[in-house]
Amino acid sequence: MNNDSAIIEVKDVGFSYNGHPVLKGVNLTVREEGFVALIGPNGGGKTTLLKLMLGLLSPAKGDIRVFGKPPRETSYRIGYVPQEIGINKTFPISVTDVVLMGKLRPGRRFRYSSEDRTAAQNILEQLGMGEFRERRIGELSGGQRQRVFIARALVNEPKILFLDEPTASIDSRGQSEFYELLKKLNENAAIVMVSHDLMVISDYVKSVACVNQQLYYHNSAEITEEMTDMYCCPVELITHGHIPHRVLRRHTEEK
Amino acid sequence: MPEILQFEFMQNALCASILASMICGVIGTLVVVNRIVFISGGIAHAAYGGIGIAFFFGLPYLAATLGFSLLIAAIMAAVTLKAKHRADTVIGVLWAVGMALGVLLLDMTPGYNADLMSYLFGSILTVPDSDLRLMLLLTVGIILTVGYFYNDLLAMSYDEEFARVRGLPAGFLYFLLLGMIAVSVVMLIRVAGLILVIALLTIPPYIAERYSKSLSMMMLVSGLLSTGFTLAGLWISYAFNLTSGATIIMVSGTGFFVSILSDRVKAGFRSYRKDEDNDVSSL
Repeated sequence: MNNDSAIIEVKDVGFSYNGHPVLKGVNLTVREEGFVALIGPNGGGKTTLLKLMLGLLSPAKGDIRVFGKPPRETSYRIGYVPQEIGINKTFPISVTDVVLMGKLRPGRRFRYSSEDRTAAQNILEQLGMGEFRERRIGELSGGQRQRVFIARALVNEPKILFLDEPTASIDSRGQSEFYELLKKLNENAAIVMVSHDLMVISDYVKSVACVNQQLYYHNSAEITEEMTDMYCCPVELITHGHIPHRVLRRHTEEK
Repeated sequence: MPEILQFEFMQNALCASILASMICGVIGTLVVVNRIVFISGGIAHAAYGGIGIAFFFGLPYLAATLGFSLLIAAIMAAVTLKAKHRADTVIGVLWAVGMALGVLLLDMTPGYNADLMSYLFGSILTVPDSDLRLMLLLTVGIILTVGYFYNDLLAMSYDEEFARVRGLPAGFLYFLLLGMIAVSVVMLIRVAGLILVIALLTIPPYIAERYSKSLSMMMLVSGLLSTGFTLAGLWISYAFNLTSGATIIMVSGTGFFVSILSDRVKAGFRSYRKDEDNDVSSL
């Protein structure tokens, strides 16, 4: 796939933790303006795949290219919104200083420039967080903190945005607002989002990749198809009420 | 207190307290926010092995202890980076083995028998001028190093994964941090003793964390708190003729518990008022 617009290319990638295979023969291409949701069961390898594409892990097999280079060399050009859990909430740091982290680059030291500070302030205001910029990060609500992490990912105007279970700390009302925001961001950047909730398959997601050791790709044409009565990979959604949903083709029919 | 300041040993003790507090304020803050108190304790205790090596082989104290502590710190850093889930066990082993090595080597050293207690609690009242100069140098060196790498250390401490994605040399920074801890511990061991070092590395930053808006402010506040604790401890130990190191630790420990208690009381008061409000609104 030597398409010019492919900015992420994952080719036949395999990875294992302590001898247990997590990913096998994974192929994925993300184009500019793409919006891919990675879904699948816990332990299925979604987050591992994301970390491979970020260069945090190295594939045991296969090749990954981001902007045509190994991810480790280009990861500073990616906007990354990590899972919120695991980040120390009592850490003494202001909202602005968290956002400024997004301006760090390899080999750069000392102080942030005044342009960096202006960029941080602008992005916070765009996300409606301008008034909180001097606050300590621990004083914010989960949804507000999420916006700060998005601001940190966006402050460097990345062409790719990675999000790892971004809706975990947002209530359902905040979620539709959040997807509106992602739609706007998708005009300028490709988005790859890991999610285990199926709400993620909102209208704005252009394609879905189910990750359960292997990767099954469902393109946009399929998502816009009428609902079929077949199951996706082993993802269960138990819910009540009228939640709009789609069910995708069965994997075994592919290839 | 003024009359005791006329003694040179007391002046030296005061200077040593302030310098040790500043080092511990800066390094201790990084230790607490990175949650590596156990590693720091391990480095501090294993350093005793270096003391044993220095005496047994007749090597210069500082060079031998520093070399040994840096080696231990490097091993701990490598293990923590490679096998996170087993790191605590390895650190515990190095902690104990380093200390035992020190005790055995001192046992086998003919003639001179260094007192273990003086390395545990230090002898802040007998700090020679040469140590003071070295401490001053170290304080300046550490503040400059941390200042130079401040943004990187901040990013790595807050969110290591994100820092890696941004292309920061997380491995190098981690080795640098543990190296700085090792250097600080070795410098302070003769002055303050390794138990006091751990107390100063952890207690003031813990209290300071909640009142600080930034990491640099936390370093400043914990440096000041620790100066307060050590000076108060020194004065009490002088007034009541007590062991200085242990007194300083008790003063710091009292500060620690008072801060926890006052937080509990404040939190309790807040929820009590909330309950009252709820009662009123439910009526």
